[in-house]
Amino acid sequence: MAAPSAPAVRPAAARAPAPHPPGASPLRRGQRRAAALFIVPFFVLFAVVMAAPIAYAVWMSLFQERSSGLGFGGTERVFAGFGNYAKALSASGFRSSFGHIALYCALYIPVMIGGSLALALLLDSALARAKRFFQLALFLPHAIPGLIASIIWIYLYTPGLSPVLDWIGALGGSWDFYSDDHVLTSLVNLTAWQWTGYNMVIFYAALQAVPREVLEAAVVDGAGAVRTALTIKVPMIASAVVMTVLFTCVGAIQIFTEPKLLNQRGAPSIDTEWSPTLYIWKAGFVQHDYGLAAAASLMLAALGIALSYLVTRLGNRWKAAQ
Amino acid sequence: MTTLTQHTESPAARPTATRRPTGKPRRTAAGTLLSRGVVNGLLLVAAFYTLMPISWLLIAATKNHRDLFATSGFAFGDFHLLANLERVLTYHDGIYLRWFGNSILYSVIGSAASTLLCVATGYAFDKYEFRAKEKLFGLVLGGVLVPTTVIQLPMYLLATKAGVVNTYWALLLPALVNPFGVYLARVFSEGYVPGEVLEAARVDGAGELRTFARIGLPMLAPGFMTIFLFSFTASWNNFFGALVMLNDEQLYPVNLGLFMWNSVTQQQPEFYSLVITGSLVAVVPLVAAFVCLQRFWRSGLTAGAVK
Repeated sequence: MAAPSAPAVRPAAARAPAPHPPGASPLRRGQRRAAALFIVPFFVLFAVVMAAPIAYAVWMSLFQERSSGLGFGGTERVFAGFGNYAKALSASGFRSSFGHIALYCALYIPVMIGGSLALALLLDSALARAKRFFQLALFLPHAIPGLIASIIWIYLYTPGLSPVLDWIGALGGSWDFYSDDHVLTSLVNLTAWQWTGYNMVIFYAALQAVPREVLEAAVVDGAGAVRTALTIKVPMIASAVVMTVLFTCVGAIQIFTEPKLLNQRGAPSIDTEWSPTLYIWKAGFVQHDYGLAAAASLMLAALGIALSYLVTRLGNRWKAAQ
Repeated sequence: MTTLTQHTESPAARPTATRRPTGKPRRTAAGTLLSRGVVNGLLLVAAFYTLMPISWLLIAATKNHRDLFATSGFAFGDFHLLANLERVLTYHDGIYLRWFGNSILYSVIGSAASTLLCVATGYAFDKYEFRAKEKLFGLVLGGVLVPTTVIQLPMYLLATKAGVVNTYWALLLPALVNPFGVYLARVFSEGYVPGEVLEAARVDGAGELRTFARIGLPMLAPGFMTIFLFSFTASWNNFFGALVMLNDEQLYPVNLGLFMWNSVTQQQPEFYSLVITGSLVAVVPLVAAFVCLQRFWRSGLTAGAVK
């Protein structure tokens, strides 16, 4: 599938010091100009909206605002080195926000990944009917914007509005979705609703790529459907599962909308610094401590980049092994 | 490249007829019936879970404020959908329509421009040779790794200095850059646009731009749709960015407008039906688009997943 002939030309062109190597025809020059025309706009914008903010965040994270001597002159910016980083790391709010995310992931990942894997296996089984309908129905929540999904579920958690609470009441139970004990489950339900179908589609596609001979061999050996699913299908799509788990973690450390809305509803244990992004929001936009917010952002970014890098590395290794 | 072969081949690997016998011969008829019941029953339960909140929204949008609280969630009250719609569309001089228009501007125009940039860039990376090509591509991949929410604050501060905060550009400019889209576009270009066709066009004397516009772009149409859908959902969903960048109500996308209405519901419960009906109006076009464009998101998902 590689572009024919082009790779052969490349080393010569790359090594040549002059812009026009002996073999370069006007055609090649035209191509180089076209390539520049195609990629320059993207990289200009890339520099403006990605590289510049990161560089600026690094710069900002090195300064702190101090009120000047007599307290009259307002504040001045002083170089603080790694002061903001130390400040963020020692802030209990920032540290505990990572604890919250860890706890959240401990519940969310098994539920959501387990759920989507189970659904993909069910859908992949020969017994499932109306596969297209189920695929669409299960994926549909992903078409709902995260903010609207959060609003809908928060209303479904609200006494008086919620049919779910009516059902629980009809069964003689009672439930408070916002109480300290239940709010984590309520949050996990909210995000699992949005992402289970999405990941199921990924797993289902991976299952479809499992070679049929392998499955037929299992049947000949007398393995039942459940055993085939657990001992053959699941290990064969393990790479897709691990990648999805890592992607989910990258998403989880950035979670903002859902806890923000739960906090707004007055869930007592979801405070305004509950997640790292909420912490950054508060430091930047409520306390206007930009240095601190920048340092916290960069540390969160580093974690996200490390996780994503792991994903691509593992992905490449698996691709090479296939 | 593996990704592409995988997802283009998957329809072929599909035939259920050949798969169906799996596990069947050893079962009794009753046993099969039972397992079939269990499998489909579980899927039905899951479908109930995913569809229940959406159906509730649909029903709730037909109720007036009194029935919203007085009737049970899945029972219909008096039919007030049209009155609710009218209220949403006319409230505060029709600000909702303005928000909707803004969302379309941010998401449709923004994503179309961004997708064109991605496709042109990905195509150039695939089909042309230039200096530092792989290094530049590494930069693109690095961009994929950066979590977007994390650069929002410095972007806001820079935007303040540049004077673009609280303008349309504050959301449009960041939406134009989609490194993952460039990656996908390169993969799609490798798979969909054979180099021979381009060579033939060159021999016929067509310029590079013309070759791209007349031959490359049409061949990349399915990939264009996939990338467009990705970036469309991302910008339609972008709540954090809007919250950071905008404080003029007139510039809000639907998301942020609904968030603002929702934040007063606890003090003024009559806003509930505005938020509910407004949410429904915002969701319907998205659901319709997803149902109609199924094959595009499916190919995008699988390509993205195996990256």
